Amino acid sequence: MSVNKKIVSDLVANQIGFVTTVPCKQLAGVIEEIDASDEIYHIPANKEDEGMGLCAGAFMGGKRPAIIMQNTAIGVTINTLVTLTQFYRMPLPMLISYRGELGEPVACQVEMAVHTKALLAQLNIPTYHFHREEDVEELDAILKHTFMCNKPVAILTDAAFWKGY
Amino acid sequence: MIRSEILKEIAPILRDKLVVCNIGLPSQELHLIDDQPSNFYMLGTMGLSSSIGLGLALSQPKTVISIDGDGSVLTNLGTLPTIANNVADNYILLIIDNGSYGSTGDQPTYAGLKTSLTRVAEACGCENVVECDASETASVLQQAIDSGKMTIIVSKCESGNIKVPVITMDPVVIRDRFMKAVQSS
Ligand SMILES: [Mg+2]
Repeated sequence: MSVNKKIVSDLVANQIGFVTTVPCKQLAGVIEEIDASDEIYHIPANKEDEGMGLCAGAFMGGKRPAIIMQNTAIGVTINTLVTLTQFYRMPLPMLISYRGELGEPVACQVEMAVHTKALLAQLNIPTYHFHREEDVEELDAILKHTFMCNKPVAILTDAAFWKGY
Repeated sequence: MIRSEILKEIAPILRDKLVVCNIGLPSQELHLIDDQPSNFYMLGTMGLSSSIGLGLALSQPKTVISIDGDGSVLTNLGTLPTIANNVADNYILLIIDNGSYGSTGDQPTYAGLKTSLTRVAEACGCENVVECDASETASVLQQAIDSGKMTIIVSKCESGNIKVPVITMDPVVIRDRFMKAVQSS
C-alpha cells in the first residue's frame, strides 16, 4: 500500500469523515487520495484558520475532522488553535508537511522550520515527527490518542518521509 | 436600528435553530436577550463564525444560522468562496452589516465605505444573496429558512451598542450543551 493510501485508510478507519486542506507539494498525493475517498468530505480551505473553523463546526456536528496543511500554517493559526480548538477543548489531528528540513531546496522554508517545533511546544500541542516511511505505522495510534484527549495534535512529515518532492 | 434591536426581533426565529454567534458584543447581546443551549457563543477567534457554521451545516441536517458582522467577514473573506463552492441548504449566513467594528469602538470598516459585501458574496459564487434593511431582517430570515436553500443575508443597520455583561460561562460548557442541542431530536 502506498503511504498516501495508508494515511487515508487510517483516517477512514478512525471515522474521520471531514477533512480540510491547504495544499503543499509534499501533500499533493495524500490530498488527491482524500478527494477520491467516498467516506471523507473534502473541503479545501483558503487559509488554515478558516479550515480550523470548519473543523470545529464539523466536530460539533458529530463528524470527526482533520486538517492537512504546511508547517508555515502554524504561524497563521496560533490564535485559532488557542482560542477555539484548545479553549473549547476540541480534537483536531493536523497532518503537517514539515518544510525546511533536510533536502529542502527553498531557503525561506527553513526560516519557519526552525520555529515549528518550538511553537508547537510553547502551545503544549502533542507533536509527532515522521522522518522514515515506517513512522507512518504510528498514525493509527496518534489518531486514537487525539480523539481520546480532545486536543489538537501535530504530525510533522518531513521531506525524507515523503522521499523528497 | 442597531444590531441589538435586530437580535431582539429575530430571537423568536433563532430559538429552535442552531446558531453560531460572532465574538464580542453580538454574542454578549444574544446571550442577554435569549440565552439558549442551541447558541454557540464565540469567546475569541474573530472571523470564524461563518466557517464554524458551514462545517456544522455540512455535518448534520438541522438548520444552522451563523450570525456574523461586516468586520468579521472582512477578516475572513476567504470564507465566501468556500461557502459558495460547498453548498449546504441547511445553512444561512446572516451578516449584520453596520459598517463598523462595533466591539472595538465603532471604527469604520471598508464595508461601510466603498465595499459591498453583497456583491462580494455574489462574485464569490454564492447563489442566494439577499441584502435588506435592518427592519426587514426577521421576514427575510424566515423566508430563507422556509426556502430550504443556502442563503447569505446582508442586513444593513446603524452602528451602535448597548451595555452588556461579558459571557462568563466556561467555553467547554458552551460547547457541551451546544453539542447536546445538536444531537437532541
Ligand atoms: Mg460591524
